[in-house]
Amino acid sequence: MDKGTDLVKRGLAEMLKGGVIMDVVNAEQARIAEEAGAVAVMALERVPADIRKDGGVARMADPTKVEEIIATVSIPVMAKARIGHFVEAQILESLGVDYIDESEVLTPADEEHHIDKWAFTTPFVCGARDLGEALRRIGEGAAMIRTKGEAGTGNVVEAVRHMRKISGEIRRLHGLAPEELMAAARDLKAPFGLVREVAGTGVLPVVNFAAGGIATPADAALMMQLGCDGVFVGSGIFKSEDPGPRAKAIVEAVTYYQDPSMLAKVSRGLGEAMPSVEIDTLAPEERLARRGW
Amino acid sequence: MTVRVGVLALQGDFREHAASFERAGAETVLVRTAGQLEGIDVLVIPGGESTTIGKLADRFGLLEPIRTVVAGGLPTLGTCAGMIFLATGTTGPEQVQAGVLDVVVERNAFGRQVDSFEADLDVDGFDAPVHAVFIRAPWIAGVGPGVEVLAEVEGHPVVVRQGNVVATSFHPELTGDDRFSRLLLAMAGER
Repeated sequence: MDKGTDLVKRGLAEMLKGGVIMDVVNAEQARIAEEAGAVAVMALERVPADIRKDGGVARMADPTKVEEIIATVSIPVMAKARIGHFVEAQILESLGVDYIDESEVLTPADEEHHIDKWAFTTPFVCGARDLGEALRRIGEGAAMIRTKGEAGTGNVVEAVRHMRKISGEIRRLHGLAPEELMAAARDLKAPFGLVREVAGTGVLPVVNFAAGGIATPADAALMMQLGCDGVFVGSGIFKSEDPGPRAKAIVEAVTYYQDPSMLAKVSRGLGEAMPSVEIDTLAPEERLARRGW
Repeated sequence: MTVRVGVLALQGDFREHAASFERAGAETVLVRTAGQLEGIDVLVIPGGESTTIGKLADRFGLLEPIRTVVAGGLPTLGTCAGMIFLATGTTGPEQVQAGVLDVVVERNAFGRQVDSFEADLDVDGFDAPVHAVFIRAPWIAGVGPGVEVLAEVEGHPVVVRQGNVVATSFHPELTGDDRFSRLLLAMAGER
């Protein structure tokens, strides 16, 4: 019996495909998420919109909260650790969380180095803005990738930018001659072995979800039509006017993402979406996606 | 004649199942509506999150049509979440199930993700072991009459067959081992 293998770590992400992973800060929200049909919940102290508003250092959630959430739902529980904070990750692993998100939404603990994710049995998901960043994280052991987007804004434009960038770079690699791959690896600042693999297969070797700014069923379906395998929704649910119906509608939109009449049906009467932010009004230091490299 | 395989595509790794059946020579259709169940020779319930798949099947009117076609003898494969979906009950809280396979399933029986594992497994009817990947996997806690146990791990059934329904706790679709797909195609050929 081999545990913590690549296949086992990447395999759980395969099972989450076509699903919605929802940010929750307590057991009650976790129950609402599960009831709506979430495939997993992400336990954290504050949702990104509140982190943005409150300022200060955002850290891993309180272990008591994480345990309460684990005890409440039967679906997988993920939790966020700060970039480079391998001790937070060790603690989350000891609590039995099913996936660790090494997340730019929390305040980075290390500006140079991400966590050595090979050292863990628990799989990791990491954010990426482009293919090079995705492959660096996979090179460090990430078993799942998500776009960074711009969390807590309710504005999907950055997630779209990141997904289009990654897809475009994969398409470009796929057409390269073998002798062109080393220069491509240099330009992407990515491990050569992974660059060669992606050039051959034309797809990322791990599951890739959308995250950061998704607020409506249409946003979720947009990311699916752009080629994402599934969707994370952070503040978009529990910062909206009526979280339960919106959560359910986003789940349904991810299943029926190719069916506009179904999307019209599920998008009706959901009340106000979360308060949103125009990205251009953010100061550079407020851009969470710029954390990590 | 080409066998037509319907893969329930509400959530989960349905594309991997479709790819496996296509390698085995079948044509596939992704099933998201009751109408798409018509004209299929095999039904697959994929791996994924069983509570999500159950809720969506219920909300979008797929539950009764699936019960009808499986009861009518359609060869059906369920893996992991698919096994839970097909079963009559679980040892945990109530959830939506089709109830067409007379077994009670214990969800996440091997533990959480840190206890997920891969191992070689002997399965009755296969010449060589299956390399099986178990992800937050269920096992079968109780079987009804007429259910054959085809493989066990530590004394717990993980592969069962009841007439036209085959279910596994693990994910043959993740390892490129197409023997379960070929088994279902052979069952469709015998009808």
